[in-house]
Amino acid sequence: MSTGFDRTSEHEPIVDLVEVSKRFPGVRALDAVSVQLWPGEVHALVGENGAGKSTLIKVLTGAYRPDGGQLKYEGRAVTFANPMAAQAAGISTIYQEVNLIPRMSVAQNLFLGREPRTRFGLIDRARVRKEAAEQLAAYGITADVDSQLDSLGIGARQMIALARAASARARVVVMDEPTSSLEPREVQTLFDVIADLRARGTAVVYVSHRMDELYRICDRVTVLRDGRLVHTGKLAELDRTRLVALMLGRELSEERRHAHASATSSAAPRTTPALEARGLTHKRVLEDVSVTIPPGKVIGLGGLLGSGRSETAKAIAGALPIDAGGVWVAGAPVRTNSTAAALRAGICLLPEDRKGEGIVPNLSVRENIVLAAMSRLSRFGVISESRQNAIVETFIRRLRIKVSSPEQRVRELSGGNQQKVLLARWLCLNPKVLLLDEPTRGIDVGAKAEVSALIDELAQSGLGVLLISSELEELIAGSSEIFVLKEGRVVKHLAPGDVTEANLLAALAATPDEGLAHHG
Amino acid sequence: MAEQRMDRARMIAWLQNYGVYVAVLALLVVNAIITPHFFSVANIQTQAVQVAPVVIVALGMALVIGTEGVDLSVGSSMALAAAVLPLYLGYGAGVAMTIAVGVGAVAGLINGALVALVGIQPILATLALLVGGRGLALVIADGQLKQIENPALLSLGAEDIAGIPILVAFALVLTLGVALLVKKTTFGRQLVAVGDNRVASQLAGLPVRRVLALVYVLSGVFAALAGVLATARLTASDPSSVGNLIELSAITSVVVGGTPLSGGRIRVVGTVMGALLMQLLRATLIKHDLPDSAGQMIQAAIIVLAVYLTRERAA
Repeated sequence: MSTGFDRTSEHEPIVDLVEVSKRFPGVRALDAVSVQLWPGEVHALVGENGAGKSTLIKVLTGAYRPDGGQLKYEGRAVTFANPMAAQAAGISTIYQEVNLIPRMSVAQNLFLGREPRTRFGLIDRARVRKEAAEQLAAYGITADVDSQLDSLGIGARQMIALARAASARARVVVMDEPTSSLEPREVQTLFDVIADLRARGTAVVYVSHRMDELYRICDRVTVLRDGRLVHTGKLAELDRTRLVALMLGRELSEERRHAHASATSSAAPRTTPALEARGLTHKRVLEDVSVTIPPGKVIGLGGLLGSGRSETAKAIAGALPIDAGGVWVAGAPVRTNSTAAALRAGICLLPEDRKGEGIVPNLSVRENIVLAAMSRLSRFGVISESRQNAIVETFIRRLRIKVSSPEQRVRELSGGNQQKVLLARWLCLNPKVLLLDEPTRGIDVGAKAEVSALIDELAQSGLGVLLISSELEELIAGSSEIFVLKEGRVVKHLAPGDVTEANLLAALAATPDEGLAHHG
Repeated sequence: MAEQRMDRARMIAWLQNYGVYVAVLALLVVNAIITPHFFSVANIQTQAVQVAPVVIVALGMALVIGTEGVDLSVGSSMALAAAVLPLYLGYGAGVAMTIAVGVGAVAGLINGALVALVGIQPILATLALLVGGRGLALVIADGQLKQIENPALLSLGAEDIAGIPILVAFALVLTLGVALLVKKTTFGRQLVAVGDNRVASQLAGLPVRRVLALVYVLSGVFAALAGVLATARLTASDPSSVGNLIELSAITSVVVGGTPLSGGRIRVVGTVMGALLMQLLRATLIKHDLPDSAGQMIQAAIIVLAVYLTRERAA
């Protein structure tokens, strides 16, 4: 043990990732990223979706093997064959989804895989229970060590996972969004445990999008964007606005990107909104979210990852059940919690996860385009080929979808063309409201510009559009107003005159209280 | 190297699409050469009549598998139909058949409700009826084998129209019907979409639950019809043995025919060919006095190959 301490003194990092790269088909998930983890530091790892955080963690914990670069652990270059090997070496991970055994007792879970043995090589149950109770007490966790894990709440389970990781004599503890399911009191316990780990010389990697937490407990920060390292350094030397700007890839500037002023002034002052959502609430995800979309306008929905952007869109489209709140289209109430009712009312959602929730990969372009309109194109359950083909041809031409033929399978298309197919699927329903969740993610630059232009064109034709984007530039250039979400609440409404990068960054970086003060 | 991989991918795709046709053709050619009287009218009729019930059940199974499900209860639905049939023959063959097929629909509705509304995994939901259905059938029939003497019903199993046995005509018409259902109707399109990407289908406003429930109803109806026809051919209602293990033959036909178990694609004619391939294989071995065990092992090899091909395609 003492030699271990010598090897990783204050002058040598526990973990030294040297220009680590990891590639997946079509994506460079990590591009020569170098990060060092020092003993006794709490290291924040931040970045938006797809920035490479998960990949980095998986390389660190042995789930992925890097394609390039080197992983040095306690001064030596190592390759972890699998997560077990990394764990055995002293790298523990607490994932967002608790990875413990639900049907085993708390004590069994704590000692899983490293149970103390009796003289006969059997598990020493008495010691397991005694030591488990001691450990939980030490962390201020009040849970019966004999109770089955799945009888506990998710927060308590998270704490057990934490105790397990911390007790494993880990040199590095990776925490992925550890507070997402914790009550405030439990968060305090978590922070106490982290302080304890830090005092013992353990390096903690802390992944979170909650600015307040980062600034409360983290010493250093590493910012990733698009698989590249954009910043690493002391967190105290970085103010919040700057940190958000680094994550989103925008420098501060006052210039306005787009001439929205003209569009804004030409609109009639008081029209019935194309869509009004009031008080949308879903426990722990959305709290009293209200959004209004006038016809002919693109309204932006901003916020960092996990702020509830996609969930808001899904709640409006009936795909996320809500506990309270209501939705009105052109003044008429829409039955909530039903995608079919939302569609009938004219609300269409372009989901963020294009592959998982959007395209039907093995069906043809033609079949994908008419998927939602099918019942309107058929008589007695038989699809009318001629009406179907007319629509498909119109939209392939109008949206300039590049296909070898309408019979081509959608999975074979590029991301941009898949996105256009999905847009066509909704447009042939003549929607009143379009909810676009990251409409340009993962599509190439040329197609991006085309899709953006298309969105403007659709709004001008009278549709109400809700635009969600984690790219500040796209959001600001595209929207006439922006609602900013944080932890499931609207914390700021940027009125038409206020849509600037500086204002948006300030709203994103503000603590919830500040934001609410502005709002209310 | 990239080119080689492309060639390999294309070859696998081709095999998945047409392999079963090639195999059937090859078996026919081999038999033409080595088996005397293989292409006699009598033998062809016998083969077709034997395979027809499997084809009918497999068509329903293909629809279920297209939604990423499976229906293990088809054999029991056949038994239920067979058990109910003699009870109502007094009202005429038409009434009795309608009731028997209706029993299949009810069985399918139970499966469909368990899968679509309760959300039980298809393999478990239909396992319940696989076990319980045959038991119920035996209770209904009082454990007895009953001779069928209704001439109208018996003619279904014995007669032919212009040389095509009625049993086979049923299978042909249903094949055509299912092919049209899949290709031309909203329901067919919906069920393929639901099988390929359920979340996307839900978001596109498709009636996902109704589609899932209906697909099991169809499978139950097809199985019950197969049960009626098998009973007519046997000239007896035998709920203890009719349709025994037919779920395995049906699944095999579907998979060998190139329909992936992961759903999102239904190959109707391929399914018929899959059933035919297995039938021809068995017939070839029997005619050359080879043991059934050899046939079982060849069947196993074909199944593994078919699953391997569909998996490669997906990857």
